[in-house]
Amino acid sequence: MSASAPEKPMGYTEIPEVLDLNHTYDTATDKINDVILKKKTPMPIAVAMGICFLLVGLLFTTITKLVSTGIGIWGNNQPVAWAFDIINFVWWIGIGHAGTLISAILFLFRQEWRTSINRFAEAMTIFAVMCAGMYPVLHVGRPWLAYWLLPYVNVMQMWPQFRSPLMWDVFAVSTYFTISLLFWYTGLIPDLASLRDRAKTRVSRVVTGILSMGWRGSARHWQRYDIIYLLLAGLSTPLVVSVHSIVSLDFAVAQLPGWHTTIFPPYFVAGAVYSGFAMVLTLAIPVRAYFGFKDFITQRHLDAMSKVMLATGLIVIYGYAMEAFIALVYSGNPNEAFMMKNRMFGPYGWSYWLLILCNGVIPQLLWLKRVRLHTPTLWVISIVINIGMWLERFVIIVTSLHRDFVPSSWGMYAPTKWDIFMFIGTIGFFGFMMCLFLRFIPMFAGFELRELLHKKKSPPH
Amino acid sequence: MSQIFKPTANAVARLGIAIGFGVVVGSLVLLDLLTRSPYGTEVNVAREQPVPFSHKHHANMGIDCRYCHTSVEEGAFAGIPPTKTCMNCHSQIFNDSPMLEPVRESWKTGESLQWNRVHDLPQFVYFNHSIHVAKGIGCSTCHGRVDQMPLTRKVNTLYMGWCLDCHRAPEKFVRPKDKIFDMAWQPPPNQREVGLELLKEYKIDTEHYKMLDCYLCHR
Repeated sequence: MSASAPEKPMGYTEIPEVLDLNHTYDTATDKINDVILKKKTPMPIAVAMGICFLLVGLLFTTITKLVSTGIGIWGNNQPVAWAFDIINFVWWIGIGHAGTLISAILFLFRQEWRTSINRFAEAMTIFAVMCAGMYPVLHVGRPWLAYWLLPYVNVMQMWPQFRSPLMWDVFAVSTYFTISLLFWYTGLIPDLASLRDRAKTRVSRVVTGILSMGWRGSARHWQRYDIIYLLLAGLSTPLVVSVHSIVSLDFAVAQLPGWHTTIFPPYFVAGAVYSGFAMVLTLAIPVRAYFGFKDFITQRHLDAMSKVMLATGLIVIYGYAMEAFIALVYSGNPNEAFMMKNRMFGPYGWSYWLLILCNGVIPQLLWLKRVRLHTPTLWVISIVINIGMWLERFVIIVTSLHRDFVPSSWGMYAPTKWDIFMFIGTIGFFGFMMCLFLRFIPMFAGFELRELLHKKKSPPH
Repeated sequence: MSQIFKPTANAVARLGIAIGFGVVVGSLVLLDLLTRSPYGTEVNVAREQPVPFSHKHHANMGIDCRYCHTSVEEGAFAGIPPTKTCMNCHSQIFNDSPMLEPVRESWKTGESLQWNRVHDLPQFVYFNHSIHVAKGIGCSTCHGRVDQMPLTRKVNTLYMGWCLDCHRAPEKFVRPKDKIFDMAWQPPPNQREVGLELLKEYKIDTEHYKMLDCYLCHR
């Protein structure tokens, strides 16, 4: 935004820098830490936290009811044996993907706009995976025996079924969660140390002191930090692709028309990144407004994320098109063709066309720079994409299952109130964890922002 | 402002990590050991019974297993004798022994004796005595030397892994038909060859995972 910028065409809007260069190291650090140490929680965030807390109560009530009664309180039953539980599992896992992509792949590609949103997106990943994990564990019906999913030496002399993609899920998701948590925490250590050095009360000094693990910022610390961070980024990178590929195999390995297709892994990964970025935007836009962080999360970030959404959205649309083409034309299989026609024009046809509208049509507005820079519209589009990605999983799961091979076993699915309570309960849990995160943990990688500030302000050397 | 934690805190933290790791791993190992110990399995732990019935005493007098456990060759359940079976003898011998008071009481009132089950399989396991007896598995293979037990106890865990030990390699355990009720039977040195022969004779199919099908026991 220098004064000597060359003349721009009419109506050209300058996209601002990745952070406000009027900041100094001190002001940047203070601004991040003050949220935790000094400021009161902004009113809208406090209200959101209260609502989310009530929803957490609803979640625990639902889980209690579920465990004490059995999963019969859910609406899924033959032929639709998987429904809200797996839809929501896949939806949440997908949302988590933006965090890993931003923290790992964009780090390796040295994307500057990653710096302001990585901490935030990683936290989102961790909480989303927590929400996701609840579903399969509760779906097994006896969650206290969930450890049977792990291969351990036992008196039954039984191993889990390693040929089952559900087993691969256990490894994929637990690895994903572990690496994401480590990555997040490693990045936090220097920031927790700077928080420790500025903390005033004894309690906060002790807590941040323990959490920062004796970080002193010595050259040796930084050297090791850089190595471990790079290693973790390298480890996370394949996870971006592997986790959702394996989740997609839950379906692709089955022989059901609508599930049994080789395009699933790449199409699921693109969808995951799509929904992940949509969720980052859904959360980042209010947070930057209410906490006053428009100088750290600038229009450039929103613009870059919109472009990622546009690109992954196009891959997803290509996936839908291919899915239809393969089923209707290429396969020559009457069962596949029937499934696709039923998906489009059957009793759940509305969900398919709503999906196309939410994921395919509306996001095309992002081609327009005006839309990308108009924050309220962008926020609405991000929510539309979240809904669209949920519908995608609904369409894949319910429309494929409800018309079985034998017409005598056809059926319809409708969620019960417990399905819905559980779903909004996890949304509340996610929101509550995010609010706690915003309140108690530095929401920006302060030292990385200072490094970026240094790079931007000093001449190249 | 001075730091709250001194450099020694680093050593404490490292020690804490080591101890935490030790506690987690240690408790898992302990849990596993407990599960396999008599505390968890009740192997060799005699159960309290209304009458201290001695299999040793009765078997040594030459009473056949089937005199009491009448349905072992035909039914899923080997059978617990009714009080009538006890009274066949005990109306004449030891008919005033205080130890046998509950038996006489049961005989008078018609209320069954409430024995405490020693070999108690969970309800989700289908087990059938007759098929095991018919295919050459003797009493002592699972129940041990009951004829030497003053008080009845388990000698095997009845864990699923223990069932599978035999279902994976039945040739190690099968015996000739006439030895089923021979409590003193020991596998001969050439059990492997004999066993494989017997598998053919009994038509036990170990080739097609039939013996390891989930559905075999979990119906």
